[in-house]
Amino acid sequence: MSDLQELYQSIILDHNRRPKNYGALEGASHRAAGRNPDCGDEVTVELRMSDDRIDDVRFTSAGCAVSRAAASIMTQQVKGKTREEVERLFAQFRGLVTGAVRPTEEEARRMGELAAFSGVARFPIRVKCASMPWHTLQAALRGSPNG
Amino acid sequence: MSRRADFPLLAADPALHYLDSAATSQKPRVVLDAERAFYERDNANPHRGAYELSARATDRYHAARERVARFLGAADPACLVFTRGTTESLNLVATAWGHASVREGDEIVVTALEHHANFVPWQQLALARGARFRVCPLTPDHRVDLDALRAMVGPRTRVLAFSHVSNAVGTVNPVQRIAAVGRAAGALVVCDGAQGAPHLRVGFDALDVDFYAFSGHKMCGPMGIGGLLGRRAILEAMPPYQFGGDMIEYVRDEDSTWNVLPHKLEAGTPNVAGAVGLAAACDYLDGIGLDAVLAHERRLVRLASEGLAALGGVHVYGPPPEERGGVVSFTVEGIHPHDLATVLDREGVCIRAGQHCAQPLMRRLGVPATARASFYVYNDEQDVDALVRAVRHAQALFGERAPSTDALAAGPGAR
Repeated sequence: MSDLQELYQSIILDHNRRPKNYGALEGASHRAAGRNPDCGDEVTVELRMSDDRIDDVRFTSAGCAVSRAAASIMTQQVKGKTREEVERLFAQFRGLVTGAVRPTEEEARRMGELAAFSGVARFPIRVKCASMPWHTLQAALRGSPNG
Repeated sequence: MSRRADFPLLAADPALHYLDSAATSQKPRVVLDAERAFYERDNANPHRGAYELSARATDRYHAARERVARFLGAADPACLVFTRGTTESLNLVATAWGHASVREGDEIVVTALEHHANFVPWQQLALARGARFRVCPLTPDHRVDLDALRAMVGPRTRVLAFSHVSNAVGTVNPVQRIAAVGRAAGALVVCDGAQGAPHLRVGFDALDVDFYAFSGHKMCGPMGIGGLLGRRAILEAMPPYQFGGDMIEYVRDEDSTWNVLPHKLEAGTPNVAGAVGLAAACDYLDGIGLDAVLAHERRLVRLASEGLAALGGVHVYGPPPEERGGVVSFTVEGIHPHDLATVLDREGVCIRAGQHCAQPLMRRLGVPATARASFYVYNDEQDVDALVRAVRHAQALFGERAPSTDALAAGPGAR
């Protein structure tokens, strides 16, 4: 079960049980809904931007533990960041979950809880679960305000 | 006696517990051999070559049609149209018959149990023709609500389409009683047999339906072959579905005429090897006997349902096991079906997790997804044990740390 324990680390299970920043965002300026038609997972991300920076972010979801925890940790990590910083973080995260990049210890430390998703790389069919919240965030950022 | 040895994929991997036969069945060696033998000895384009080899390919194709028609209880093989499978069969009816026959103000009735393949073609036909599309509700144990159906079907109903067996929760529908409601209203009665033909004796000639659609790959046959059984008068009266080779009689510059049944509805070079493989699958299933197949599945379904229920925190959908096909659709408290499928996969247990191409049903069940284990001729008690054991392991892995129900209920898919 070691692969499984790496996938379902307690950080991920904790965020699945008690997601952070969960629910509707009052006064959201941007929002997007993502859906995986294969499995029916849904996530909605709402943002309040001030200039180029994410002032606040919340999400709702109906999906597996991996997608819910990914969304929860994502919202914690992107709050206060600019679009460019978010893009950089997503690129790092994508590298991690696809197994394309193995972060150094120092990089993993800087990624914080995002590093808990390293186990996803051994489950290729679950990569989309981890990355869907990020794609939805990107769509919200690209969309017109209140789109 | 286990039939695993008949199936090369399963024989090669004793640790594999394949519980996704409602999606596609594994293939016995006799089917693979039949397909291969066709290509090695009889391969040519049927119906057109002026040489003996082509005549042999034609004979093989006709013999396969007769065999499959006999398996499904149709005395007239010309009323069996080979297609790619159930989806194409249903689209054939909705497109060719539907566009010629459904008018503005007509009504099309389906049930809330339907697979998208028996839902969306009718919905889109209704939208295109200005007809009204209606969805018959279910009883609390996920059967078609016959009273509601009787109230819904009336003189305006042009089509009544329903499944023989639900792919998502396993409900075996009372075909004759549902068909009778459509008949009384003068509607075209269409039955989606994708989950019926592999497990139940169809007996098409005695069934009071106009069309019966099925897939070969769910009944030990190859992928890419299936069929549509129809009543001769309707098949003859309806226009073709696709145009091309084989389906024509005369092609003039101004217009064309059509070949006789079943060729009118089979444009282009047919999947002869697939049909030959499907005929071998019918031989294989008849060798076991469909009554024995169903009894075997029901026993495994009952064992699985009991084993899962004994774990606690497991909810099984659909009617009781003795009124279900070989399907156990369930959810485990605190574990999303996809997470469950991943854990089970690590123990060699293959199940389906998701919406089972039945979003309208999932909305009515009030769940974003379910896990589904489905059984067939090659499964045995060891597969059931592996399933129950793996679910128990998943519960242990997720332990106390299951998501709060508040958070789940607040999800957009929980509506």
